[in-house]
Amino acid sequence: MFSVLTPNAAAFLAGIFGILLIASLIVFGLKRAHPEKDYDELTSRVNSWWVMAGVFAAAMALSPTLSLIFLAFVSFLALKEYLSLIPTRRADRRVLFWAYLTIPAQFYWVAIGWYGMFIIFIPVYLFMFLPMRMVLIGDTTGFLRAAGSLHWGLMLTVFNLSHMAFLLVLPLDVNPAGGAAGLVLFLMFLTQFNDVAQYVWGKLFGKHKIIPKVSPKKTWEGFLGGILTTTLAAWALAPYLTPLVGWEAPVAGLLIGLAGFVGDVNISALKRDLGIKDSGSLIPGHGGILDRVDSLTFTAPLFFHFLYYLHY
Amino acid sequence: MNHFLRLAFFALIARPIALIVLGLNLRHRERLPLNGPAIIAANHNSHLDTLVLLSLFPLRLLPKLRPVAAADYFTVNPLLAWFSLNVIGILPIKREAKGGADPLKPCEMALERGEILVLFPEGSRGEAEVMGRFKRGIAVLAARRPEVPVTPIFLHGLGKALPKDDPILVPFFCDVFVGEAMFGNPEQAVFMTELTTRMHALANELPRELVVEMSLRQEEN
Repeated sequence: MFSVLTPNAAAFLAGIFGILLIASLIVFGLKRAHPEKDYDELTSRVNSWWVMAGVFAAAMALSPTLSLIFLAFVSFLALKEYLSLIPTRRADRRVLFWAYLTIPAQFYWVAIGWYGMFIIFIPVYLFMFLPMRMVLIGDTTGFLRAAGSLHWGLMLTVFNLSHMAFLLVLPLDVNPAGGAAGLVLFLMFLTQFNDVAQYVWGKLFGKHKIIPKVSPKKTWEGFLGGILTTTLAAWALAPYLTPLVGWEAPVAGLLIGLAGFVGDVNISALKRDLGIKDSGSLIPGHGGILDRVDSLTFTAPLFFHFLYYLHY
Repeated sequence: MNHFLRLAFFALIARPIALIVLGLNLRHRERLPLNGPAIIAANHNSHLDTLVLLSLFPLRLLPKLRPVAAADYFTVNPLLAWFSLNVIGILPIKREAKGGADPLKPCEMALERGEILVLFPEGSRGEAEVMGRFKRGIAVLAARRPEVPVTPIFLHGLGKALPKDDPILVPFFCDVFVGEAMFGNPEQAVFMTELTTRMHALANELPRELVVEMSLRQEEN
């Protein structure tokens, strides 16, 4: 596991805070230029970014164990939010309790670097264990819906997100420039950057709706512009943070841009089905934790396997 | 009450449970009373209700917060009695008053001392996530002290996290919706209708599907 940030990773973290500083200054300037307009939403959005980036950076800089605990806690919050949103059966309380316990187990496999267990624990063992617990309780009304929705949520919030944590324990010698933290920073930054880029392109040039039934505000212009920006950013950043070379870097960016969009609308579809606007109110200006990690639930496993296949 | 134990319990155990293990979706925080005397009226589904309601207030108000609880339930077992009285700081009242004693007298005296009473007008926790009928005691109390604000608070999800019949706590985000303060009315029925209406209005702030689910359960009971 990594011990300290490499100079590149540290410089990149500093760069992220530089971007946030610029964002805060822009908001400050907007408020002064248009005192009549309401910028509360934007302000709390940027302030929340500061808090999230601060906590994340602190965990990454202080210790590897702390980084893993931080990522496990994000999974816990996401799973809790998911289970709070969906209808669950009273009878399944004990099963849900087991579902929560998979988080320490899954992140323990990551911590000891046991790839084989990490990759099958939830998709195989939990896939059989949780329905078995439900069967032992014996309530068959709504069994399929309960078993299916529980496993879907576990895959999304624990299995998929834990791929980000596994980036931290990959062999160090493959990526001396960025270190383990560099990989996480690359994925995390590009995923969030892609969200912002798609939003900005959509705001500026958005005309043609891309998926109006699920997410009426998303446009082709935002989608394509965002992906292009993310691909270029990945190309520029990859040599400093990752072992990706040549064509691999822009393709990683393309992958993150595409997967980020799909992960985002995937959660949008869930929310639409449940008849809610935000998944929660945990992060002021953003909504719930699922609203923030929606893209990551798709980009983390895809980026991980792309990288793992090519270099590890 | 043991103030030190109580502070330690709420700072180190109750708040982390309420804010980290569970997590609160708190709406209209600004409607909470800033000082006593005041009455909080909430629906009741779980033992966690009291911990969550007390965690909504800053710790400096803790000495003033008094959950009103039935003496016959909480003070029979000596260990539970010690914990309820000293750590949770309940104000025990006798539901079945003998010989014409006034069961609301301790509440009135607490309000006189400027305390914030936490009341569950349903009386008991009842079926998880089902709002039972409100008892009139609160209307009597509010009518006797018409200057004291009564703040309705709607709780949702705690009955899922720790229901009456299961000792295992399962984490869920819980909704806490604070209503606007109201005041006592000499006509008890008017007060009760108003309180019930406000509580249901708060419940209707939940997402559509949950409101439907709750009313279905309500009908089953």
